[in-house]
Order: sequence, then C-alpha cells, then structure tokens
Amino acid sequence: MDTVNGVEIEQTALPGIGLKHEFTTHTGRRIGVVSHRTGRRDLIIYDKSDPDRACETVQLNDDEADALVELLGAPRIVQRLNALHREVEGLVSVQLPITPGSPYDGRAMGDAAIRTRTGASVVAVVRGGQVNASPTPDFRFAAGDVVVVVGDEENTAAVANILTDG
Amino acid sequence: MPAFIASSESVAILFLELGGVILALGVLGALALRAGISPIPLYLVAGLAFGQGGFLPLATSEEFIRVGAELGVILLLLTLGLEYNADELVTSLRSNARGGLVDLVLNAAPGAIAALLLGWGPVGAVAMAGVTYATSSGITAKVLSDLGWIGNRETPVVLSLLVFEDLTMALYLPILTALLAGAGLLTGSITVAVALATVTVVLVVALKFGNLIEKFVASPNSEVLLLKVIGLALLVAGIAQELQVSAAVGAFLVGIALSGELAHETRTLLMPIRDLFAAVFFVFFGLQTDPAKILPVAGLALVLAVVSMITKLLTGVYAARRAGIGRAGRVRAGIALIPRGEFNIVIAGLAVGAGVHPDLGPLAAGYVLILAAFGPLAARAIQPLVTAIANRA
Repeated sequence: MDTVNGVEIEQTALPGIGLKHEFTTHTGRRIGVVSHRTGRRDLIIYDKSDPDRACETVQLNDDEADALVELLGAPRIVQRLNALHREVEGLVSVQLPITPGSPYDGRAMGDAAIRTRTGASVVAVVRGGQVNASPTPDFRFAAGDVVVVVGDEENTAAVANILTDG
Repeated sequence: MPAFIASSESVAILFLELGGVILALGVLGALALRAGISPIPLYLVAGLAFGQGGFLPLATSEEFIRVGAELGVILLLLTLGLEYNADELVTSLRSNARGGLVDLVLNAAPGAIAALLLGWGPVGAVAMAGVTYATSSGITAKVLSDLGWIGNRETPVVLSLLVFEDLTMALYLPILTALLAGAGLLTGSITVAVALATVTVVLVVALKFGNLIEKFVASPNSEVLLLKVIGLALLVAGIAQELQVSAAVGAFLVGIALSGELAHETRTLLMPIRDLFAAVFFVFFGLQTDPAKILPVAGLALVLAVVSMITKLLTGVYAARRAGIGRAGRVRAGIALIPRGEFNIVIAGLAVGAGVHPDLGPLAAGYVLILAAFGPLAARAIQPLVTAIANRA
C-alpha cells in the first residue's frame, strides 16, 4: 500500500495484463486505474452495492489519459508549489516571463540547458491560462509564456538572467 | 512428405485443401465472434468434418496439418510463457499456493476418477486429470476483457490461479510425457526425475540469466527478433523433446525467460502466426477424432463437463473468499474459471498420440466442445443475475 498525498493507494499485479491501482474516495466511492502492458489504460469506477465489481470501465489511450491528468491536476500545481516551499526552507519557486525580446522566444527549452547550467528546475510553463506541467526539453518557449522555476534564491536568479539575456 | 515435392497437380490439390480448410476456419471464427463464444469448439468441429469419417475427408494436406499442429502447440506455449515473467510466477506461487493446490486437487479429480472407473489405467488417469484440470487462460482472459471484469477485485485471484496452473503444467507435461513413453516403474521414475530436474534448471536459468537471453535475442528489427525467438523456441523445444521433457514445456520456458518490453513486443509479433497454427492444431485434433465415436461418449462427456464446472466454481469461490471478496465476486471468479480449451486438447493430443485408449480422444473432444462453448456463455448469462443478487443482499 502506497500513500500519495495522504491517499492510500492499493496496488495489485494482474499477471499477464499489467497493474491495477485503486483507492477509496472521501465520499466512499472506490475508483482505480488498470495499466495494461500494451499501454492501454482503463479508468475504473466500482459499483456501490458490489464493491468488487467495476461498474464502469473507460478505456483511455495515451493522449486521453494525459488530457485527463491535465484537467484534474493543472489548477493544483501552483497551489502545490506554494505549499511545497512553505515546507522546505530555502526552496523558492519563481514565475519568470518570456519577454518578446528574449533569446529563447521561439526556441526549445532544451536549448537553454537550464538545469545543467543553474541547477534549478522548470516545473511548468503557463501559456494563456493553461498550465503545461513538466514540459519536455523539446517544449518551445513563446513570448508571453510564464516559466515556473523551482530552486534556491541564487540559481532561480541565474535562470532569470538566462531567459532575458541568453 | 511426398506432397511437397510432387507434381504441380498435387500442389494444386494441397493448396485447394489448405485454402478451403483455413477459409472455413475464418468463416467459423466470424460466426463465433458474432455469437460471443470462443472459436475453439468450432475449429474442433471443422476438424471432425475434414477428418476420417467426416463428410469432407482431406486427401493430401494431412501431413502438412500434422506439422502445423506441432508448431501450433509450440507457439501456444511460447506466447503463454511470454505473458508472464519469472518474478510473477514465483510471487504467484508464494501467495496463492493454497488456492492453487485446491484447484489442482478438485479439478484433476473428476478426470482421474472417470479414467479409473472406465478402466483406462493409471496413465489414462494422469492424462484425463490434466484434461479436466486446466482452465483455458486464453478463453478466460477474453471473457474477463469482454465482460469488463478486468478491473474487478476478484480478477487478480482468477489470474493468479491461471498462473499457478500454467506453472503446474510445466511440471505436469514432462511427467505425462515420461509416463506416456511407457517406461517401467524404475526407468519411468528416472525419466520423470530427469524431466523435473531439467525444468527446474531452466527455470533457475530463466530467473537468473533471463537478461542474457534477452540481450541475445533483442533487436530493433522486428524480422530479426521474430526469427531469433522462434528459432530459439524450436531449438529448446527439440532439446526438451529429446530429453522427454515435452517440446511444449521447452517453448514455455523460453517464453518465461523473456520479459518486459521485449516479451510484449515479441508477443505482438507472434500473435498472428500463433493464431494461424493454433487453429491448425485444433483442426488436427479434430481430424484425428472420428466423429462417429464421439456420440457414444457424449453422455459421459456431458457428465464430466457438469461435474468439473461445479468443481471449478467451488475453486473460484474458495480462492476468492480467501482473498476477502464478496459473494457476487466469488461466483464470478468461479464462472470465469470454467472454460477449458487449448491445453486440455494439447494434453489429450499427447495421450491420443501415445495410444492410451481409443475413447480418450473423442471424450476429450466432446468435453472441450461443451466447456469451451458453454464457459463464456455462462459468464455472460450469469452477470445480470449475480448483480441482481448482490443488489438485493
């Protein structure tokens, strides 16, 4: 039994199929996810009267699963970050805009090599109100983006310099 | 194999026959799909129709079908082995040994007792025990997926029983092969000991050095991967057969040794080939069976089917209850375990090949016909009933 954010998640192996994770919500409903080895994922909702039975099984492909994660998780990211640096002293998260004159306007995030050069991490990029959590190195910055960076005072300042001056 | 090098006319007949058979299987498969049942019983029926005493006996392609059937068994076991990795087998063995043993005792008994009552002797009893014991993991997996039962909480119980059965099969097949070889008590037990030792050694090698084997077969090119895996499986199957461990077990162990992404990829590649040759295998079993001989044992097959449906149901209920599953889930677990199919026929095929008793083939064919067809239908029919009961309780 693992605990994620205080939710106890039960993990069960399904030999020949994959893995199942499930938990009971605070309202008493049981929900779960079956991760097939083929990459398919099933979102499962258990029956109220027969808690052993999956009364709804929704098949999700990669994109749909990502979309669902984003819908459920995005509004919480900034909130969680704030909570995070209240917990860990010395850790700061800053929001740095990509200005129209920035050398990285239109370039891939990997080009800036932020983590290698400063040690700080880009955890999200906010664009037009949408949060792109954990952007990959091929994520392309655009003017107007707000880059959420986590690190200490010193290296987040270094990131600010990189994003404005290269 | 005269048909292969002979005149163009016999090649034409060979192709006509094979084409006709395989096309007929395709049509039957479509029918089975529509009816929501496993195609295995229909393949068997097709084999009966094309065989001796059937209404459309084949002239030249039987030799090809015989070899194809052998390949079918190898591929069935290889893909089964690929489904699991050695860790899963060991974990399952540890945590479900009790349920697995109950499964073995309850479900081997009907076959063994029937064979003894019929006077087929101890070897016949061991063979029939295998025929009634194993649930068809293929059909059951399909039932679970079709009915949306994969997420159910009793499903891990069902799956781990299947794993246990497959592992038991790896020990059972060599024993059966040795017994069928007709050795005396002393040489027989030596053969069995050698067989078991080989299986253990290969399993340990698969557990410890699986990654070396994987490194050898892995290839970014799917063609290379396919050829390497099939080649390796056939080679090990041949060695296993030579050591009287049964070729099928050799292929199964190769499947076990491969795991993770590689196993998944290989399985996907092998699926179409396996489906072709497995269908050929079921036809071949039907070919060997004279349909006229099924009728006299039909009543017996029905009784055996009903009894072993009940024993599987009890097995499922017992194992699910141990896992803390509610009443409805226990019944579902039992129902899911009912279908018999490929391995029961594989076992019967071995016994028929060794000439245990002329009635064994027809009995096994009738038995599997009933359970492969009825199992999935029972599951479908019981679903609303079980839910209704659960809702009322």
